[in-house]
Amino acid sequence: MSNHSLSAAQVAYLRSYKLHTVKIHLYRIGILCFFLILWESSAKLGWIDDFIFSSPSKLLICFYHMTFENALFYHIGITLFETLTSFFLVMSCSLLITILLWFSKSLTETLDPYLVVLNSLPKSALAPLLIVWLGANYQTIILTGVSVAIFGTILNLYIGFHEVDEEKIKLIKTLGGSNSHALFKVILPANRANLIGLMKSNIGLCLVGVIIGEFIASKCGLGYLIIYGSQVFKLDWVILSILILCIIAMALYGCIRLIEKKYRIQG
Amino acid sequence: MEPLIYCNHVNYTYHTLQGETPALCDIHFHVDEGEFVSVVGPSGCGKSTLLSLLCGLLKPESGTVVFKGKPISDYSRRQIGYMLQHDHLFEWRSVRKNILLGLEIQKKLSEKTRLEADHLLKLYGLYDFKDAKPSQLSGGMRQRAALIRTLLLHPDLLLLDEPFSALDYQTRLKVCDDIGSIIRQSNKTAILVTHDLSEAVSLGDRIIVLSPLPAGVQNIIKTDFPKELSPLGRRNTNEFKDYFNQIWKELNPNE
Repeated sequence: MSNHSLSAAQVAYLRSYKLHTVKIHLYRIGILCFFLILWESSAKLGWIDDFIFSSPSKLLICFYHMTFENALFYHIGITLFETLTSFFLVMSCSLLITILLWFSKSLTETLDPYLVVLNSLPKSALAPLLIVWLGANYQTIILTGVSVAIFGTILNLYIGFHEVDEEKIKLIKTLGGSNSHALFKVILPANRANLIGLMKSNIGLCLVGVIIGEFIASKCGLGYLIIYGSQVFKLDWVILSILILCIIAMALYGCIRLIEKKYRIQG
Repeated sequence: MEPLIYCNHVNYTYHTLQGETPALCDIHFHVDEGEFVSVVGPSGCGKSTLLSLLCGLLKPESGTVVFKGKPISDYSRRQIGYMLQHDHLFEWRSVRKNILLGLEIQKKLSEKTRLEADHLLKLYGLYDFKDAKPSQLSGGMRQRAALIRTLLLHPDLLLLDEPFSALDYQTRLKVCDDIGSIIRQSNKTAILVTHDLSEAVSLGDRIIVLSPLPAGVQNIIKTDFPKELSPLGRRNTNEFKDYFNQIWKELNPNE
């Protein structure tokens, strides 16, 4: 649409909207800058002990050293790989299991108490067992990531499947369709938004699970760096790893947002 | 002539842990080919249950439903079109993809059926909206889209479950007139379930009056209007009022 076809009021509205967005971004960046400056100067002025609290400049130097001496990006890569693998496993396995449950009411009723218990169980309690059983390797860590998210996802998906209007399934039946038609033509498309919502929460949960796994048994990954750093009192390492985790979490969430936008445009 | 569908002393009961509720009791009637039959009864008397039984979605507790000389089966369900109370157009599909849903399920999508779908869209004034989302259509348009979805499967029998009840009064008269005329022109056999007496009289060749729960056939009234009259045309005749009063008395015997 060209600008001269718009009314003056519309132009004013668009301008004020744009101004608002710019303002919000400025505020966000402002908070970050204020925090960084406060952190740096309080460390410099000796208000806080930079051995314990570190400082932005120390972290930058630490980042530089770790990149070349401690293969920082290798650790980041390992954590990312484990998180993404457990995320894909969670999404695909829970979707498959939920479909099975949807097809069989008896199976659902049988498994319901088990799912509820497994979902409420603090999964970090399982991690030490998994390590003894499976060994301290990346499979164990991936499994820890999966165990944190999968049961909740199944329960949520199942609720989503059952919230679909019964009459819509009746419609499929009246058109001569079977249960699998109902699944592919109604249940799954109706749950697309639900699936994306679960993807958003699961990517974070998988990261949590993977870090728990790395805390307990691993020789690489950001979780390992955090534990190792705290044990040898290299708090720069710990704080840097935590900051990198924040950035990873943001980036992964951003990827899912991109997928969501793409699906919205395709309708 | 053999009736198209024949409902032979059908009984149906709903079972719950709290107890059983008999819904239909000894329902017995037939519908001939090309006939338009209305079913009226007090609300909650099991009218929708009757339709589900007629198309084989529910199995009668006793009695049989015979369609084209054979007991109703999953196969014969494909020859019966069922219009539900709500249109249930899927928001994630365009109008055109919605009306092709039945063909898609029955694997009948072809160049020919697509052309036919476009033809029907044009005929019922929806062609300009073929790529729109269902939410962009008015209530009447949505109901017409649902009718096209049903008609594309060329059903031998149409079951209509209060298809106009979700519309406002004006649209309802208009859509009822539209859809009634469409069904008559295509010479379809149809069974309409409704609680609206005037709708039943304006559309039906015969009107089956059901008694309150457990519903049984209380009376079957034959209407006699000139063939060429549209549903709206029927509403303007004197006989219309008489039939209306007759059914009213059937349903409210104590007044």
